Amino acid sequence: MLSKKTKEAFWGPLNINNPVVVQILGICSALAVTVQLKPALVMGISVTIIVALSNVVISLIRKSIPMRIRIIVQLVVVAALVTIVSEVLKAFAYDVAMQLSVYIGLIITNCILMGRLEAFAMTNNVGESLMDGLGNGFGYAWILVVVAFVRELLGSGKILGYQIIPDSWYIANGGLYENCGMMLMPAMALILVGCVIWIHRIANEEKK
Amino acid sequence: MKTDSNVYTIIYATVLVVIVAVALAVVSQVLSPRQQANALLDKQKQILVALNQDIDAVANPAALYKELCQDTIACGNTEVYVFNVDSATKYVLRLHGQGLWGGIGGYLALNDDKNTVFGINFNHESETPGLGAEIVTEKFRSQFVGKHIKDATGAIRSIAVLKVGKSAEEGQEQVDAYAGATITSTGVNDMLATNLEEYREFLMEGKEADYAE
Repeated sequence: MLSKKTKEAFWGPLNINNPVVVQILGICSALAVTVQLKPALVMGISVTIIVALSNVVISLIRKSIPMRIRIIVQLVVVAALVTIVSEVLKAFAYDVAMQLSVYIGLIITNCILMGRLEAFAMTNNVGESLMDGLGNGFGYAWILVVVAFVRELLGSGKILGYQIIPDSWYIANGGLYENCGMMLMPAMALILVGCVIWIHRIANEEKK
Repeated sequence: MKTDSNVYTIIYATVLVVIVAVALAVVSQVLSPRQQANALLDKQKQILVALNQDIDAVANPAALYKELCQDTIACGNTEVYVFNVDSATKYVLRLHGQGLWGGIGGYLALNDDKNTVFGINFNHESETPGLGAEIVTEKFRSQFVGKHIKDATGAIRSIAVLKVGKSAEEGQEQVDAYAGATITSTGVNDMLATNLEEYREFLMEGKEADYAE
């Protein structure tokens, strides 16, 4: 059904060519929104939608774009999509929009977006660009989810806001457990991303 | 078509910008009533929490707000909301200040003596989850209930937010800061102090002028 190239465009970024752990792009937002799982999920979904749509739009108009202003055109398309997503979130998911605050706007500066537009959508057809956008979005999202899962569980004892570590385990209630405050610090996200990269490299060693 | 010519480039850029501008304007127009409704509902929910109402158990918080809210009194540049909870008058003051990463705010509900705290609610833009963000929790907020914002002479004396073990000045009441969130806690402390001053006219209404410091 799908050509080999299209499949590769989708599956590559999920693993072998992951934007975060292999190309080391989009790290800044990975640090900022991964303290809890819910904003990380929304951020992952938002980025996926924006990368996929902007890839499609740029791919559609790729032959008409004047080469000298192509980066500006890409930026305008991305900025417009980001603004729309941000407005939609404010209208339909107000709590999450407030929680993500400035980071939705900062998707515009996410290197994954400009990277995909310039490297892929400018030279490939619409179908392949859509799959490439979805693949890169999901590739980014799953790293965020893994990091956020670990940080929220160990940092606040919760998952998606629900208490997972029993209250009775805590020192305050006579137990022996204490949340790891380090997990709440941005630096810990970097260390966790480092751990994911490490495991990812070990797992993919033979394939290279 | 020659896409490299100057004329083409300028026309292309102009058309693109116009299309994008129209699209954004339409989206903004269509969604703005919904966004404003969300913002209003969010504010009403926050005030209800400050009034110790269990908003999760209420099917329609907006209706409950309407039922309880009696009046708003202008006070300088700001306003005081008057509520009737269980047939007692409560005053709600809006708080706004600065935390560690961004703005913090909240609503302070006072009994009709304009002195005893009935309830309080906090919100924040981007405080650290697990640390500064804990100011929104029941555990932190409940400390304020029953505290007084005036000293024995009737002068305004804000509630201090202090590290566990430290004591406030004579005549000032205090609550425990959240451990590890020093700057946010200081922000709450300063927010209370400065905002109560903004409401001086309302809080000291009917009192002798010499109570003012």
